[in-house]
Amino acid sequence: MRYLPHSEAERAEMLGVIGVPNIDALFSAVPALALKSFDLGLPAHSPEFLVEAHMRALAGQNHAGSDGPFFVGAGAYRHHVPATVDHLIQRSEWLTAYTPYQPEISQGTLQMLFEFQTQVAKLTGMDVANASLYDGSTGTAEAVLMARRLTKRNKIVLSGGLHPHYRDVVRAYLKDDADLVCLSASPEGQGDILDHIDDQTAAIVVQTPDFYGHLRNIKTAADAAHAKGALLIVVITEVVSLGLLEAPGALGADIVVAEGQSIGNALNFGGPYLGLLATRKEFIRQMPGRICGETVDAEGQRGFVLTLSTREQHIRREKATSNICTNSGLCALAFSIHMALLGEAGFTRLARLNHANACKLADALEAVPGVEVLNKTFFNEMTIRTPQPAAALIERLAKRGILGGVPVSRLEPKDHSVGNLIVLAATELTTDEDIAALTSALAEELA
Amino acid sequence: MSMNNQGRPTGTGTSGFASTSGSALLPNEPLLFEIGDTEHSGVDLPDATITNTRLGGFERKTALDLAGLTEPEAMRHYVRLSRLNHSIDSGMYPLGSCTMKHNPRLNEKMARLPGFADIHPLQPASTVQGALKLMNELSHWLMTLTNTSAVALTPKAGAHGELLGMMAIKAAQDAAGQGHRRTVLVPESAHGTNPATAAFLGYSVKSIPARSDGTVDVQAVKDALSPDVAAIMLTNPNTCGLFEPQVIEIAKAVHAAGAFFYCDGANFNAIMGVVRPGDLGIDAMHINLHKTFSTPHGGGGPGAGPVVLSAALAPFAPVPFVRKGANGLELVEHEEDQALGRITAFQGQMGMYVRALTYMLSHGGDGLAQAAQDAVLNANYIKARLGQVFSVPFPDYPTMHEALFDDSFLAGTGVTTLDFAKALIDEGFHPMTMYFPLVVHGAMLIEPTESESKQTLDRFCDVMEELALDAKAGNAARFTAAPMKAPRRRLDETRAARSPIIKWERPAETLKAAE
Repeated sequence: MRYLPHSEAERAEMLGVIGVPNIDALFSAVPALALKSFDLGLPAHSPEFLVEAHMRALAGQNHAGSDGPFFVGAGAYRHHVPATVDHLIQRSEWLTAYTPYQPEISQGTLQMLFEFQTQVAKLTGMDVANASLYDGSTGTAEAVLMARRLTKRNKIVLSGGLHPHYRDVVRAYLKDDADLVCLSASPEGQGDILDHIDDQTAAIVVQTPDFYGHLRNIKTAADAAHAKGALLIVVITEVVSLGLLEAPGALGADIVVAEGQSIGNALNFGGPYLGLLATRKEFIRQMPGRICGETVDAEGQRGFVLTLSTREQHIRREKATSNICTNSGLCALAFSIHMALLGEAGFTRLARLNHANACKLADALEAVPGVEVLNKTFFNEMTIRTPQPAAALIERLAKRGILGGVPVSRLEPKDHSVGNLIVLAATELTTDEDIAALTSALAEELA
Repeated sequence: MSMNNQGRPTGTGTSGFASTSGSALLPNEPLLFEIGDTEHSGVDLPDATITNTRLGGFERKTALDLAGLTEPEAMRHYVRLSRLNHSIDSGMYPLGSCTMKHNPRLNEKMARLPGFADIHPLQPASTVQGALKLMNELSHWLMTLTNTSAVALTPKAGAHGELLGMMAIKAAQDAAGQGHRRTVLVPESAHGTNPATAAFLGYSVKSIPARSDGTVDVQAVKDALSPDVAAIMLTNPNTCGLFEPQVIEIAKAVHAAGAFFYCDGANFNAIMGVVRPGDLGIDAMHINLHKTFSTPHGGGGPGAGPVVLSAALAPFAPVPFVRKGANGLELVEHEEDQALGRITAFQGQMGMYVRALTYMLSHGGDGLAQAAQDAVLNANYIKARLGQVFSVPFPDYPTMHEALFDDSFLAGTGVTTLDFAKALIDEGFHPMTMYFPLVVHGAMLIEPTESESKQTLDRFCDVMEELALDAKAGNAARFTAAPMKAPRRRLDETRAARSPIIKWERPAETLKAAE
């Protein structure tokens, strides 16, 4: 077996040094009835080319984003990742390193995390950021728990524009333990969240651009929350939007959670992704997850370490701020490299290009008979109402080789008012030809 | 001393300075923000014209201030930084409990096939039949290796899997009218994530003391069981590297008391293909794909922590899951009745599923068992070779996949476990896990994994032995000053925590100059 270095002779020699007759003797603590009392019935080991053939066959049964016009978004976005990013993250020293618990021989990872935290803080306009969480959805749940610790209050209000999966994750994390108010879906961008804030409210959670693509007024939400002593958690699923939209930190957000997948990371059918979490300086000791900090070594040279670990499970055990351990290190690296390649100039151009393509898409959709674009505002994503049930329509478009967006009913099956709605995104990869293909197919299907 | 053809002295002894060999290739690398600026970019993008923006007046007014680098500069920055890291590919990484095994590159290649990397989690199921098949195949392998009834693939890492497993237990007990059970038993030797997870769900944690032989006493468990106990969270093989000999009795006692058995599967690498945890009576166990099934650790993730479930817990698995439908495989994303809901957006760590399945197919059932046996062989070999010089706290049982020593062999030397570990860095090895498990004084936990050759193990043991003898000979300075050959000397962690600097700020003089 190509991954196992020992020859049979070496195994025998090692057993001799240990002083046992055979390998089974090393498993003597295992109750006899549980030790190899079975035939697994799994296939035997296989050469590389056969494994590759098997995996390629599976991959070949999927319609990849590059196979045709593509408008699927709703929390994960298809962007271009520069070749440099993927080359660099596959370097052994990045790919096959562990969490940097030994800082003297992990300065690469640590300095990168320090740079990453700085990038995230700048993007969101917040004082500080952590070294990543699993993804945006679990990050939102962590932020909600953090807000409860900070305010010692129990009520959480989720905007109707929050991604339904994120809402469901918060619900699972809080289960019967909190006063959770989930406002009903607001595909038109309407919002009544401000009416639900009272002096028991720990936090309100507002997504912008929201699940339906609308841009939400963060300043108003922040003022209303703060007037009652509550915190504002801003959620962003499309981090590229921050290239054009005001930073939530500048508008009064207390905690910002974002899905960082759009920068540096592929779609990957949903994971691994990258949770970003940023907050105010005074909340740093209630932040979940790892944090990298600057210090000096014994010779006074600048260096970096994981810090504030008294918040974490391996030190605090049952008193930790979160049980998180492994997070999204390599995805954070990909994000950081891509963001460094973009820089402010490139990132702004990328955001403009996304918005420009989305404007073209919206205008083209508006011209399709029967289609109504619900958004007055958007960044790169929008919701349309069609005269037919959306799920079947998307299926018919897929048969034509066009991935035409996400039927809202897939995420909100119980809400019959959304049955004819589709959420669509455009990115820098969307071409005029893609848009023309979509709109003419839609026109035919709806005719 | 030899002379080169320029007549200059070369070789050893040519300089009075301490050796810093190799450091010419490891220059200090400035921060991204010290070398980049907001004008430079490594990406060519057209400047789009937008005549009618739909930004509703929410346009950015504050500066981004994000430093950019051109492509050659970026390449150099990240290559230079990378060289400051130790990695499995560059040397042994014997971190106990972390399973730092070889990461095959075939896994990486497969994960990057467009049919896996470039598919969206919300595409119609009809367009991702291969991905759903892959999830089914991975599930089959995981259930077969553990002899369990179901698997929830979605957890993003081990701790997330623990959370899901305990949520499933809570949901099952709530459904059975047993919601009053509020205590979780956790042995002292457990990973910190176990008590953190239990507390996260509002359980109070009751600690079970370890026996003097490093295993859990079935009687201590029985004594702690009561109608208030929801579950036990037990790691097996445990964090001392020992297989719990009474695990079946423990499981029976736990079940008899109406509680569930959560098994922390962090150490599954020792027994995969050799022992099926389902045969031991577990109800839920997470499997770290980034440990056991070789998906790379990536400097701290991403991981993946699928949870296998017994028949009693299977109905409480979260959404989504894959099911056979009328038109092929389908993804069940909503379920009405008892399920605990959703613990992450989308379908979990597909990129890790691809890598793990690739690894499983490469090994086959036979290769996985051989890998577990080699991992156990290697740990016992280290224990046998070092047992004369190092102190073995639990000599009664053969160890499983990791060798545990305590610090009594360092008594009176002035050298601590930390010093000893740092000296290992100067010899080219990553330190072992230190001061864990907590039940052993000054613990050194060494997990070689199956990936290390006998040659490497011998070199490691030679170095360890030489260091131990040197410590005993009174050469404490070599240890207390270590590491001396790493890119950095020891770092001041107290300073970092006392006044945290966790992002770069433009130095005051530059700000002034800019005014």
